[in-house]
Amino acid sequence: MAGTDPLLRIREISLRFAGIIALDRVSFDVERGQICGLIGPNGAGKTTLFNCLSRLYAPDSGAIDFLGQPLLAIPPHRIAALGIGRTFQNLALFRTMTVRQNILVGAHSRSRTGFVSDALRLPVVRAEEAALGAEVDDLLALLDLRAVADQPAEALPFGTKKRIELARALAGKPTLLLLDEPAGGLNHDEVDQLRALILSIRDRLAITVLLVEHHMNLVMKLSDKVVALDFGRKIADGTPDQVRNHPDVISAYLGTAA
Amino acid sequence: MSALIELKGVGAAYGQSQVISGLDLAVATGGITALLGANGAGKTTTLRAICNMRVRVSGEILFAGKRIDGWQTEDIVRLGIGHVPDGRGTFVHLTVAENLVLGAYTRGDKAAVAADMERVFGYFPRLKERLGQQAGTLSGGEQQMLAIARALMLKPKLLLLDEPSFGLAPLVVQEIFRILRRINEDDSVSMLVVEQNANLALDLATDVYLLETGRVVLNGSPALVRGNEQVRRAYLGY
Repeated sequence: MAGTDPLLRIREISLRFAGIIALDRVSFDVERGQICGLIGPNGAGKTTLFNCLSRLYAPDSGAIDFLGQPLLAIPPHRIAALGIGRTFQNLALFRTMTVRQNILVGAHSRSRTGFVSDALRLPVVRAEEAALGAEVDDLLALLDLRAVADQPAEALPFGTKKRIELARALAGKPTLLLLDEPAGGLNHDEVDQLRALILSIRDRLAITVLLVEHHMNLVMKLSDKVVALDFGRKIADGTPDQVRNHPDVISAYLGTAA
Repeated sequence: MSALIELKGVGAAYGQSQVISGLDLAVATGGITALLGANGAGKTTTLRAICNMRVRVSGEILFAGKRIDGWQTEDIVRLGIGHVPDGRGTFVHLTVAENLVLGAYTRGDKAAVAADMERVFGYFPRLKERLGQQAGTLSGGEQQMLAIARALMLKPKLLLLDEPSFGLAPLVVQEIFRILRRINEDDSVSMLVVEQNANLALDLATDVYLLETGRVVLNGSPALVRGNEQVRRAYLGY
């Protein structure tokens, strides 16, 4: 039954780069409305998996179904419109553009007007722009970016840039949001705020979240389910408690101190 | 202990936007100074001000007692100030080996460079396995290791580290901080460390500064800073 299918189904995906096995027959599901944490040592393949989901990389084998359809048949430029939004580990903002413009870019995938109507500035274009402007205002408010809305993204502190990226991803109205280390560079207080924000994104905007994160306190408190990778292989998959206490996860990733 | 680097009334601005002002800060010779503060407090900007990189700097900066404010960035590097910037700044299209060789670019003693590369691999054996690999294809943790290793190739007296734990798995973070301590003890490299993981920073540091909106609001030993109620709530979470 289509209604009970997981939102995202990853089956046996493998990918190698010049002899290095980046992903080795990885399978897991993400259910609708879940917050799923993806953890593992540096180089385990977490970002590579994200890049397969955004179709930046093509796995050598395996299948990915999103909303019941084969994702690997979709070209990369259609991924955002299909409902997958993402942020990047090391930020990928348009540096000289303002915060507002960066967020507007995120809404581009939803634009219905074409080249000709845009060039002629038909009323439909102006109406769409006005509607988008209001949405961007909402996102600026949600992510506490109103004060810097018209500043170039480049000069802003790192934590602010992370919020701009998140706003841009949300502007595409994703069904599934991929967050690559959202807590990187945030202090304790800011991580707490981020946790509340991700929860409200899931609860109020009904967005499913898959997040790569090394901040264990955040992952374990936030996730409904956690998947652990090591050397491209899945080594654990379950509730935060199951994964946290898994001996392979402790030895490969957490260490005894955690 | 005498100060290796000292900032006196330092300000730094991007265009019209003044990020730090009237900043007094010192790193003792052989010491590790940690810089804590919320996002936007001016921590990264402080490191950039020392290197006269991308910011307009005012005030006095002294390295080993000599004024260096206003110097060109490359001359500051030649003094032995290595910067591991935020975002790592590795040359992603170059190989690991090429990145490391570039780290030693300003040195006169080219013969010693090969030996130093071996010494750096002693700290980061993983990099040796990846010598011919493009830096951009390394994992996040490996890139951070490469950024630190490249700065070590300078044979620095002072390392400026902008969030060395960023993007690293818990085990690797513990490892990197052990390595930083060894580098400090064995190679007598002084350090100024910006770090969001306050627990780690306080374990490593000998002296701590807390910045708020571009000013120092607290300075003292890790024990003193740990005892501060506000620090505990905002940075340590207990």
